[in-house]
Amino acid sequence: MSTDAVDNSKRRLLVSATTVVGAIGAGFVAVPFIKSWNPSAKALAAGAPVLADLSKLEEGQMITVEWRGKPVYVLKRTDDNMKVLETDVDMLADVNSDMSRQPEYCKNTGRSYDKHTKITVMEGVCTHLGCAPKYLPDMNNPFAGALGKDWKGGFFCPCHGSFYDLSGRVYKSMPAPKNLPIPPYFFKSNTVILIGQDGSKA
Amino acid sequence: MEQKSNGLMGWIDARYPATKTWEKHLAKYYTPKNFNFWYFFGSLAFMVLVIQIISGVFLTMFYKPDTPLAFQSVEMTIMRDVEWGWLIRYFHSTGASAFFIVVYLHMFRALLYGSYKKPRELIWIFGMLIFLALMAEGFMGYLLPWGQMSFWGAQVIINLVSAIPFVGEDLGIWVRGDFVIGDATLNRFFALHVAAIPLILIGLIFAHIVALHEVGSNNPDGVEIKKNKDENGIPKDGIPFHPYYSVKDIVGVIVFLMFFSIVVFFMPEMFGYFLEHANFEPANPLKTPEHIAPVWYFTPYYSILRAVPSIAGSAFPGVIAMGAAIVVLFFLPWLDRNPVKSIRYRPNWYKVLVALFVVTFIILGILGTLSVSDGRTLLAQICTFYYFAFFLLMPFYTKLEKNKPVPERVTMK
Repeated sequence: MSTDAVDNSKRRLLVSATTVVGAIGAGFVAVPFIKSWNPSAKALAAGAPVLADLSKLEEGQMITVEWRGKPVYVLKRTDDNMKVLETDVDMLADVNSDMSRQPEYCKNTGRSYDKHTKITVMEGVCTHLGCAPKYLPDMNNPFAGALGKDWKGGFFCPCHGSFYDLSGRVYKSMPAPKNLPIPPYFFKSNTVILIGQDGSKA
Repeated sequence: MEQKSNGLMGWIDARYPATKTWEKHLAKYYTPKNFNFWYFFGSLAFMVLVIQIISGVFLTMFYKPDTPLAFQSVEMTIMRDVEWGWLIRYFHSTGASAFFIVVYLHMFRALLYGSYKKPRELIWIFGMLIFLALMAEGFMGYLLPWGQMSFWGAQVIINLVSAIPFVGEDLGIWVRGDFVIGDATLNRFFALHVAAIPLILIGLIFAHIVALHEVGSNNPDGVEIKKNKDENGIPKDGIPFHPYYSVKDIVGVIVFLMFFSIVVFFMPEMFGYFLEHANFEPANPLKTPEHIAPVWYFTPYYSILRAVPSIAGSAFPGVIAMGAAIVVLFFLPWLDRNPVKSIRYRPNWYKVLVALFVVTFIILGILGTLSVSDGRTLLAQICTFYYFAFFLLMPFYTKLEKNKPVPERVTMK
């Protein structure tokens, strides 16, 4: 048998075996690098639930609480506001919040928790591209532009002009596709809420 | 082999192809003699890269990629405390916009004279990858000053990732390294902006030039000078890059630096287009500025993003459209079926189509800096439609073109 003869099929087998093993190895080595981009232990800890005291929250007033670095809006609505929530349904894209993100216990007209119907808690993060919508409760607001006299108060996103009502429900044909998301929360007492922890389990 | 020279150069050449490389890429690299104004932008882009690297290296000496310190380190340390720090920073911020001006004009030159056509498809593709890397570089660099627009601009763009169905939400968290843009995001963007992407960019530019020097430069007439060679094998219409174009390009460099200096010294913010006003306020994750617009060089694509309405409760179609607007450019060499390269010998109606394309691109750019209204959205939709029609209908209309006769040799008009 000649020692000069090259067995190409053996050579190809060795090359492909080396390539496959090398690629698998490279894949495993890539894992730590990819995983290093996940939130660190510190960032995860900072995502813990936060308390908000609502004892000084007047009707028509809104406070902003920071949770996981996002603004969370806590709004107490007036009686007039509550009536509007029943009448503006024709103008809304997702009246019953079927397509939107919220805990099951907040999936109602007022998007509120249990008996605290006037209070709504929402992430102030526009469902379009994540800007913070502005709270514009007054009826004749110049920002309302296209909606004109149909504007009954709510939220307006300054980035791409999406409108939401006072339950954070988005109007029809807006850049934003869904209602404002509602974080998990529950009432620890009548005036204190814990944002970031599920109410149904409490 | 060439004759061996003596002395130091001879010693080096025996060990390293110094003279050989010099001759292959400069002294004996034959370029068409009919280059016009449009051919300055390649060398200018290279010079802006050098400006960016030098100014960038010095900025990293004073900048702190740490959310409580970043804004201060730019606006106080670099802009006020460090000697000449303001100038180095303005070189870098103006250089970023200058890079895009030069690169957009360089790409437009390719469109005019068919420089993407056979055999230069790979030059075009490497060029497009450079364009992508440059956009990533610009986007990540803009987060570093940690101003309001840095934060909210990045917020909008990273949320584009979150719009991807199913995996988007988790992917967004992975990119940010947190539930919101924060220290983790700033640090990784710094690393990518300062080390990873510049390395990729330099590699791509190397490949872009190697590919160019393999096939030779196109020219305003779009005729191949290598088809007409003299008895020594030198193209009759070619002149050595050095000294002819190296010297000519210096004229371009001087004119460019005049404009560059005017901006750096007298209008570094360029009325809020190069450095947006909201960015002189530190980032505040709880307050969105009144009006968010990306830096001007992204606005045409941002307009396309906004022009596409949400479908079935997802902002994803807009993201797709924006991505497609860039991806379609990669296919330009195969979309254009006209064998004639230069626009000089293509029909007048094609010139009108190209002119309209330039107009729509500029309109999209302007709309991207403005807030939305119904009329503007409609205009953006019309322009987006034309943008895509211009490229996607190319395989059909370029076959119908009645070309003018193409000369055998380059002309000097």
